[in-house]
Amino acid sequence: MSSTRPPVGVLAPIGVAFDSVDKRYERLFALRQFSLNIAPGEFVALLGPNGAGKTTLLRMAALLAMPTAGKIRHTGERTGGSDVRRLVGMVAHHTLLYDELTAHENLSFFGKLYGLENLAARVESALADAGMASRSMSLVCTFSRGMRQRLSIARALLPSPRLLLLDEPATGLDRQGASWLAATLHRLRDAGCTIVMSTHRPGELLPLATRAVCLSGGGLQKDFRDPSEILAALSASQEGG
Amino acid sequence: MSGGRAMLIMLERELRAEFRTRELLNTTIVFALIVVILFSFAFEPVSSEARRLGPGLLWIACLFAGSLMLNPTFAREQVNDTLSALRMAPVSGFAILAAKMIANFIFLSLAELILVPIFDVLYNVPLSAVTGRLALVMALGTAGLVITGTVFAALSARARMRELLLPLLLLPILAPLLIAAVGATASLFAEEPSLDRTWFTFLAGFDIVFLTASWLLADYLLEE
Repeated sequence: MSSTRPPVGVLAPIGVAFDSVDKRYERLFALRQFSLNIAPGEFVALLGPNGAGKTTLLRMAALLAMPTAGKIRHTGERTGGSDVRRLVGMVAHHTLLYDELTAHENLSFFGKLYGLENLAARVESALADAGMASRSMSLVCTFSRGMRQRLSIARALLPSPRLLLLDEPATGLDRQGASWLAATLHRLRDAGCTIVMSTHRPGELLPLATRAVCLSGGGLQKDFRDPSEILAALSASQEGG
Repeated sequence: MSGGRAMLIMLERELRAEFRTRELLNTTIVFALIVVILFSFAFEPVSSEARRLGPGLLWIACLFAGSLMLNPTFAREQVNDTLSALRMAPVSGFAILAAKMIANFIFLSLAELILVPIFDVLYNVPLSAVTGRLALVMALGTAGLVITGTVFAALSARARMRELLLPLLLLPILAPLLIAAVGATASLFAEEPSLDRTWFTFLAGFDIVFLTASWLLADYLLEE
């Protein structure tokens, strides 16, 4: 993979605070009285069994879902004046990519929507960084799951988000892809970008986290701020799930 | 970024994707032609009957073809959850809706561009003298159809039975539009054609009311 990397706008990371948040889907509570303050620059691993509320939490942080009760605030220097959506990137369960467009067209399309400057260079750089340069003109529908995931990550990073939300980002990635993702997140973390990542797998990603939050049944179960406790937390959460 | 520029960027993507696959266009055109041809077999209309029945048959074909075409408008965004990606981008909900409305308008107009001359031949209704006015009526009627249809496609996109739900929601709402469009078209199919201003004004009013409502409700419509 190329050493050329998309610019990382991390001068002013933003955080997100959940204040007594409920999220209900009909009768089912996905989150119940959930409070959590993620400070700018933290790398938080969200742990917990399926249905614990991790994806709901990430979607609410991305402003894709509104709380049924309670408040969500994005904190940090640049949240007052600009549209906070410009500062948030997300890798979701789905790829958020258009199958009928090429890799290059997908990134260019989203880059234009974010009004990015030097878009052509940034798209080329992002594709090269994700190891997709040779397939940049191929339709996404021809890609393997792993290639789609890499492109999905490249799409999320393209606007240089200050808050990066990752929902099982290693899904479908092979060992090389997982190493690339770990290196990318390492670089972003060191540059001060706020990262919130849900994961089931310890792999290469979890040791990067500076904080681990265990969810269970839509509530906060444990909050580990000591990195040495994080792997133990994962083991505990897997036993629970 | 301005809403207009964002809308144009999304419109370009819609057009690029559709003209690459032509899935919607081909299906819509073939379906509309089948409806018109089947009606002609069923009624075998002579010229006077064609003047009387033609406007209704033409608009029924457009309405059915439109409701078929509008279904995938948001359903296609569900496949990879690309609607979430659009909602996360710093663009307004109305820009997303408007891009889809304009794309649908272009697709349905293209289908009508093929449909109307074939209708002319099959039903023997002389349209050459009223081409401009008919185009205006078709444009207003089609705009009303795609504005309303796109809004209801957004509403029904997350429903489990969306393919059935959209026509059930849409067709009753479109009844006034259908009546006005048929009335305006019938006035152009008459022996001495002259555009009925009442129906024409109603069509324009319908479009304005639903466009304004979609502008006001766009963010709510696209919410989870």
